[in-house]
Amino acid sequence: MSTKQFLFSGFGGQGILFAGKFLAYKGLIENKQVSWLPSYGPEMRGGTASCSVIVSDEPVGSPIVSNPDMLIAMNLPSLDRYEDAVVPGGVIFADSTLIERKVKRSDVTVYYIPATRLASENGTPTLANMIIVGKILKVLGEFNDEDVKAALGKVVSAKHADMLDVNLNAMKLGADYE
Amino acid sequence: MADKVLMKGNEAIAEAAIIAGCRHYFGYPITPQTEVAAYMAKKMPKIGGCFLQAESEIAAINMVYGVSSAGKRVMTSSSSPGISLKGEGLSYLAGSDLPALVVNVQRGGPGLGGIQPSQSDYFQATRGGGHGDYHMIVLAPASVQEMAELTVKGFDLADKYRMTSMILADGTMGQMMEPVSLDFDIKPEPEKPWATTGTKLEREHNIVNSLSLVPEELETLNMKRYERYKEVEKNETMYEEYMVDDADIIIAAFGIAARVSKNAVNEARKQGIKAGLIRPITLWPFPKAPFEKAVEHAKAFISVELSMGQMIEDVKLATSCKVPVTLCNRVGGMIPDPEQVLKSIIEVNNGGVE
Repeated sequence: MSTKQFLFSGFGGQGILFAGKFLAYKGLIENKQVSWLPSYGPEMRGGTASCSVIVSDEPVGSPIVSNPDMLIAMNLPSLDRYEDAVVPGGVIFADSTLIERKVKRSDVTVYYIPATRLASENGTPTLANMIIVGKILKVLGEFNDEDVKAALGKVVSAKHADMLDVNLNAMKLGADYE
Repeated sequence: MADKVLMKGNEAIAEAAIIAGCRHYFGYPITPQTEVAAYMAKKMPKIGGCFLQAESEIAAINMVYGVSSAGKRVMTSSSSPGISLKGEGLSYLAGSDLPALVVNVQRGGPGLGGIQPSQSDYFQATRGGGHGDYHMIVLAPASVQEMAELTVKGFDLADKYRMTSMILADGTMGQMMEPVSLDFDIKPEPEKPWATTGTKLEREHNIVNSLSLVPEELETLNMKRYERYKEVEKNETMYEEYMVDDADIIIAAFGIAARVSKNAVNEARKQGIKAGLIRPITLWPFPKAPFEKAVEHAKAFISVELSMGQMIEDVKLATSCKVPVTLCNRVGGMIPDPEQVLKSIIEVNNGGVE
């Protein structure tokens, strides 16, 4: 059985919930069991935002991710708060534009991606989230255009269909970043 | 099977209500159930329904009373403090034998409390909530799919027994997204010959009222209502059993607590402890039968709750206190994690807790 627990965390406005939703939909399209649980309430307005995503071959028990297999830290407070919670052998994706320090743990794999800078240089400053998602899929060996497009089609509203390719390109940017 | 979509629990309730034929929604905003009202505000005008943001919770529940009197499917939703405000209306609905669907997406209390998930309105929901002798059918979903299914079921049961059905969810259930199939088998709404739909000069007036000043008559009304409640108890209890058959330690939990507990049961089994889970889906009527059966082989029960211990009383009653029942809980918007529940299972298995 395979179960992957993701924890996305960052500032409100960084697209934390959207990135999580994308992964959940991708799981759904691939006939996996999925759950997506956001933080909600006042912290959504400018403070920290986080969301738990579980993608599994089996029915999801608790939807709360307290010990993620994969932590996506989009700012320093998120890394400070959740670094120790990652399971041994887990993976941390850190936006190194906003997080200057290194991860202290030695029992996890870390990918530093200057996502905010890359997004800005790419002319899509709001898509740092999807740049990191691109990297996640690459690391998982699950990046193929077709599935990614299908999942994007679920989360990008029809009104903004033009954003589909923009998102896809941002994800490629992340996937190709070494 | 129709395609599954990802929906928030709150949205699933709203969409399921519309599918069930509900065209009247009255509410007042409160976190963490806001998406129910938001969804209704968006959808109802497009399908000829009525969404109305009332001036208060009290107004909203009385609008529910009005529409229900006219024989139409109607609902309101709120979160803990808002449900308290609706308490009077819930009692009047019961006193007038009116069907309605009321959703409580619970948050931490008492008072205004917080906005994070809680299950501390269990007493309020299962014991009535307002004044007088009455019950509501209380349904406790543990997934987004059940949020939708129990909404449809709630309308059916409300109409069948002329009672209020309450969906007792919590902030997690309301806010989380899971795949949901909205492919329901919708039963036709039953006739409501008692509804105040106009006599057309062809019948006697129908009167919907909860006032009854002659004690003998009011007694009879109460007795008859409780005969109906007996039928509900006999026919409508729902529960899920998980690894209960050979279990020594049995957890009782509903909603999000049951989800967390399932993880703990799996982990306990891996460690060689025979743990199991009984998940009440109807909280009223409480499913006594699986507890009566399980107490014959179980060494102990653990009630896992997001409250200071409310359902535990029903667990003790259902097991006649034949074996110890302990509480494993978090409150105030905190949620027990599987590790805490597992620790509790291990302690109880070792006989370490009273």
